[in-house]
Amino acid sequence: MIYFDNAATSWPKPPGVAEAVLHYMQDVGASPGRSGHQLAVEAGRIVYEAREALAQLFNVADPLRIVFAANATEAINLVLVGYLRPGHHVVTTSMEHNAVMRPLRCLQSTGVELTVVPCSAQGTLDPVDVERAIRPNTTLLVVNHASNVVGTLLPVADVGAIAERHGLLFLVDAAQTGGAYPVDVQRMKIDLLAFTGHKGLLGAQGTGGLCIGERVDLNRLQPLKRGGTGSRSESEEQPDFLPDRYESGTANGMGLAGLGAGVRFVLATGVDHIRVHEEQLTAQLLAGLQSIPGVRIYGTGQAQQQTATVSFNVEGIEPSDVALRLDDEYAILCRPGLHCAPSAHRTIGTFPRGTVRFGLGYLNTAEQVDAAVEAVGKIAAKKRRAE
Amino acid sequence: MSETEYAVVLFHSTQGAIKAERVLVRAGFSSIKLIPTPRQLSSDCGTALRSAWSDAEAVVAALQKAHVEYESIHKVEASS
Repeated sequence: MIYFDNAATSWPKPPGVAEAVLHYMQDVGASPGRSGHQLAVEAGRIVYEAREALAQLFNVADPLRIVFAANATEAINLVLVGYLRPGHHVVTTSMEHNAVMRPLRCLQSTGVELTVVPCSAQGTLDPVDVERAIRPNTTLLVVNHASNVVGTLLPVADVGAIAERHGLLFLVDAAQTGGAYPVDVQRMKIDLLAFTGHKGLLGAQGTGGLCIGERVDLNRLQPLKRGGTGSRSESEEQPDFLPDRYESGTANGMGLAGLGAGVRFVLATGVDHIRVHEEQLTAQLLAGLQSIPGVRIYGTGQAQQQTATVSFNVEGIEPSDVALRLDDEYAILCRPGLHCAPSAHRTIGTFPRGTVRFGLGYLNTAEQVDAAVEAVGKIAAKKRRAE
Repeated sequence: MSETEYAVVLFHSTQGAIKAERVLVRAGFSSIKLIPTPRQLSSDCGTALRSAWSDAEAVVAALQKAHVEYESIHKVEASS
């Protein structure tokens, strides 16, 4: 079996991740941050160590400025719903996932003003277009670090410099790059970094979070949820300190145990090393697909300008049929369709048909890429013969 | 039965208490312990950090050096 759906969720996980989840479930199990007994303290340590590993990976000065959420979507919603108010203007791009687009469209109906800056058909963004869209009432810029459809990397450091120059907050959706491409919140001037735990960070599903920079006024960022935090139990008001302000309810302890193990694997391996391997696989895949008559690749076509996510179509065959044949006949698992990103597909010209998406990851191999290229070649050749 | 003197450090969040514990363990403090916050210090249900009272000054210095915020520090006598 060849698993090429790492852009949705990475699998398999590296050594140590499943073991960490099992250890938590079997040997720790208590409620992190509650009670104060030895197992609760140990559970709290495991959660803290996940925070600490993420702080190292993303260059966050204080691990307590990272708050956990169920996924990147929840972290993005926390910022958009918690910060934007009627009359605010927000600037985003046409390559965003629905995790950004749907909350923004909903907020637009409540009086938040929205500008969606168009990207090129290759999915690239000119930061000058972002700066031109800024108005006197702009409060927030929202940009994905890399497209979940075509993998195209966006110039977040340039946008971060624009945000800083104009005194705006900058939210980055790093769902597709965390663990797979260097992310440095200080160098890139990222005030709010939303990440997910189960893709490039190689951890468990049901984990993600938000890194909150020093420029963010917590009083202006309302929590999505309020409730028990294990702190200030005498008060019926939500705490105003991190991470408790945004972490109500019992944490996903075993998921965070797995996330911590995944991030420690990434740190031990090195993001640069992971990136080199993924870029090599991507270049090999792009070259292989480009050599097949009737196959069209979307995005920049340049491995160094994208993540290891590649979208393509086979002339005359629907993406869902290509994916079904890859699964049935070659045991190659991928994702066809619109990938929860209709705006991105409109931008690259594939709406409503969609594409076939190969999401490669660090644990994929050159042999698997060769096998997949051969399989796509056979599917395309059979179609040509049939015509 | 003798009285033992402890320093108890309170934090805003339990994750803050754990951060302090990690910092102190790495700095070589071996006698520290995370405990439920004593009722007489706060009605908070959170976690506090206890050390020998004789280590109190060194604990505070180590926390300040590592930029770990704490809420307050208290002298507590416990019978043992």
